[in-house]
Amino acid sequence: MPPHLGYGDLSYDVAHLLDTAALVLSFVLLYQRRLYALINAYAAQALVLAAAAAWQGVVRGGADLFVTALLTLVAKGVAIPLALHTIVRRLQMHRSVEVALGIFPSLILGVALVALAILVVLPVTRMSGTLTREDLALALSVVLLGLLMMITRRTALTQTIGFLSMENGLMLAAVGMTGMPLVMEFSSAFLVMLAFIVFGLFLFRIRERFDSLDVHHLDRVGGGVER
Amino acid sequence: MTAAGIVGAAVIAVPMLAAALLALLPDWRLAAWGNVLAALVAFLAAAAMPLLGLHPFFLLTDGLAEHLAVLTAFVGLTTAWYSRGYVAVEVDAGRLDAPRLRLYHATFQVLLGALLLALLAVNTGVTWVAMEAATIAAVLVVQLPRTAEAIEASWKYFLLCGVGIALALFGTVVLYLAVEPSLGRGFPAMRWDALATAGAHSNGVLLNLAFVFLLLGYGTKAALAPLHTWMPDAHAEGPTPMSAVLSGSILNVALAIILRLRGVLAANAAAGAGAIDPGPPIMALGLASLLLAAFGLWRRRDVKRFFALSTIEQSGVAAYAFGLGGPFAVFAGLLHLTLHTLAKAAVFQCVGRAAQLRGGQKFADLGGLLAGHRRLALTLGLGVIAVAGLPPFGLFVSEFLIVSATILRAPLLALPLGIGLVVGTWALVARLQGLWLGEATPDRGLAPGLGMLAPVWLHLAIVLVLGLAMPLPLASWMRGIAAAVG
Repeated sequence: MPPHLGYGDLSYDVAHLLDTAALVLSFVLLYQRRLYALINAYAAQALVLAAAAAWQGVVRGGADLFVTALLTLVAKGVAIPLALHTIVRRLQMHRSVEVALGIFPSLILGVALVALAILVVLPVTRMSGTLTREDLALALSVVLLGLLMMITRRTALTQTIGFLSMENGLMLAAVGMTGMPLVMEFSSAFLVMLAFIVFGLFLFRIRERFDSLDVHHLDRVGGGVER
Repeated sequence: MTAAGIVGAAVIAVPMLAAALLALLPDWRLAAWGNVLAALVAFLAAAAMPLLGLHPFFLLTDGLAEHLAVLTAFVGLTTAWYSRGYVAVEVDAGRLDAPRLRLYHATFQVLLGALLLALLAVNTGVTWVAMEAATIAAVLVVQLPRTAEAIEASWKYFLLCGVGIALALFGTVVLYLAVEPSLGRGFPAMRWDALATAGAHSNGVLLNLAFVFLLLGYGTKAALAPLHTWMPDAHAEGPTPMSAVLSGSILNVALAIILRLRGVLAANAAAGAGAIDPGPPIMALGLASLLLAAFGLWRRRDVKRFFALSTIEQSGVAAYAFGLGGPFAVFAGLLHLTLHTLAKAAVFQCVGRAAQLRGGQKFADLGGLLAGHRRLALTLGLGVIAVAGLPPFGLFVSEFLIVSATILRAPLLALPLGIGLVVGTWALVARLQGLWLGEATPDRGLAPGLGMLAPVWLHLAIVLVLGLAMPLPLASWMRGIAAAVG
């Protein structure tokens, strides 16, 4: 890949579009008030990430990038959102998002964080190719917005989604880095952690709700019987 | 395959394979012995590398990595021995059962193998993956008692350390970007040994960005304030051998990574290539941890939380010494780290047994040990005196060296450092009085035998000998490490 790509070049434009879409979805996550919509927005962000990884695979021709894209698509785009939906349904959680900081102030803070990310990264990476620079700025923005979501949301589930979205930002950074080895290993290692976190969320919520870890309690709420 | 290759592979592969076997073994008594055996092989292999001069090409075998690998494997071995007696009592009390013990023994080996891999990996990315695996293993152990407190502690551990691990990965990616122009694209730009020499020719401003993320990320794992809040809960709630004793080694690995980064940035700053001086931020985090923990010690009612906070304090002291830099301060910091790991493991092994004996882990439950259990109480007392940094134990020497280095290099910082050390020592000695002489509560279990106390005595003997007369080969070995990374 030539070192200095710019607007008008297809490979650059598509990559830039996908990275920006991931950032826009971070803002969508930040203003959602309903749990199901929040989970769906996360799934959409994971799908965009999978597309970004696949596109880098097309441009640079790396088999590991395609594997990363496939893993992201199956695990983060489908399996984890399904598991989260199940947790919300089986544990009959409140369907609305409880916020510690209002939606509007958190959006303002989010914009400020994106500005911060751009101010930090763009001057620092002057020597690198254009794509790496903007990829890093956008990825850092997604990471910071995920952190913001973890801080400004009250419940374990919304904090978990903040963490998951933060991880999307990290993978966005790793995927866009030209010639960075081990991207596939990073993404699969992180997937193990995400799987444990989702399972941990399940246990944690059962305990919070029933003061016991006995999964048999679930039978009482299983058949859609209101308690 | 050469001898070096076989030994090098054994250090990492034996714990990992043992984990798979122990996960399948239904008999927990046999598994406890298997655990000891695997830890023994890992220790012998780790010790063979520096002793026989074996340098497998696929491992990072500089002094720092080898030194900490031997230390970690040694603590792993004595903890595996201690764990045999510990789990037998837990099974009798009905707090653990056979299926959970399978998970316990498997995660023990995964944690040990992951820590050794994190230390010995050549590649910065592999180190990150190993740290992540160690985190997951530690979380799995903390939740094992399945009590409300344990689940909450492991959830807190998971979220905070998850964020830490995530920040560390971002730092690893930026670090790659920073050194890639001078080291070449791909794997060469991710080698720890190449990083050390490439520091001066790298993009300094990008190195700064990487440093911020790596310091915050691995600083979380090193329990540096203000990122330490996961640690007291995690140490207090899980089964003692792993959640308190072996997990202490995670802090060492994280501090070693921070020490290596300091070298890279310092070389860049010295060459005027744009990096900041990495010393002050590391020193600030270290001093903040020391002061916060030293004063916090006075408010703790739970013995394991109390000693976990003391670990944060000592981790802060070591980080501070590493931040100060120079061969002298790094030598002192490394000595402090080594001795503290041994002394604190000894203390936690005694505390864990005492808590089983009394059926509780509050100070109120553990008072008056001296009357009923003289041997245990005296051993615990010696351990606490060692951790408090009082003579004749080695931590007195290392703290003295760190204070001396401070007076030479940054005299004004000697004041907060001294206050922190004195307040921390005072708290430990005050609490020891209660443990020895306080009001006794009735026993609910059997007294620990000599077999359980033997590894504790071994740890304390090493700490004592290193305090009174450090053998010359060991001194020059550690001086060599300090000169290389300081």
